[in-house]
Amino acid sequence: MTVRVQAEDFDVAREIAALRGRDARVGAVAAFIGLVRDMNEATAVATLELEHYPGMTEKALSGIVEEARSRWRIYDATVIHRIGELKPTDQIVLVAVSSAHRGEAFAACEFIMDYLKTRAPFWKKERTPAGERWVEARASDDEAASRW
Amino acid sequence: MITLVYLARLRESLGLRSEVVELPPQIRNVAGLLSWLRGRGDTWAAELAPGRAVRVAVNLDMAKADTPVRAGDEIAFFPPVTGG
Repeated sequence: MTVRVQAEDFDVAREIAALRGRDARVGAVAAFIGLVRDMNEATAVATLELEHYPGMTEKALSGIVEEARSRWRIYDATVIHRIGELKPTDQIVLVAVSSAHRGEAFAACEFIMDYLKTRAPFWKKERTPAGERWVEARASDDEAASRW
Repeated sequence: MITLVYLARLRESLGLRSEVVELPPQIRNVAGLLSWLRGRGDTWAAELAPGRAVRVAVNLDMAKADTPVRAGDEIAFFPPVTGG
């Protein structure tokens, strides 16, 4: 398992190569990449500041990956989440899962992402031409996490 | 003693990142601690009012109203998370 919280960008191809390694049992890798958009709720976003709770973040992400392991037959998983100042088009998060077959890889990847959205201690603050504001949590994220 | 940590919007509105306080002996759980902090009045009462979306973690794990708090704990207060 790889869990990292970092200010630097990540290279998706390199991370997936590391996830696969030389493991010939791997028949499927599913990956999700979250990106910064230039609009949120009809407001232009100039930059995004990502804050987290050091210590709890890593523990929460590892716990979510362990939960995925207990529910699906996956071989390995990588979760990388960026912090600090980000701008539109930047990568924010990578979740990648390896498995023998696509079904388990897709499901585990989506599960990890849904749980991350509601349980990992990250907060976004948007800087817009009109000033700065904390992003509000969405009820749809709770609904997405509750279906698992 | 317990360590209280405030994050994101709560850190800004309360004007405090963290503090170490003596745990009053009558406080046994998260609900009791929240009620005690509201007693500081003004911004504290408003930000931590019942019905406000405040999440709490005890020793780096998500907690509920009845989660016990003990001397030596680190207890964090924050708004619902918005990562990803």
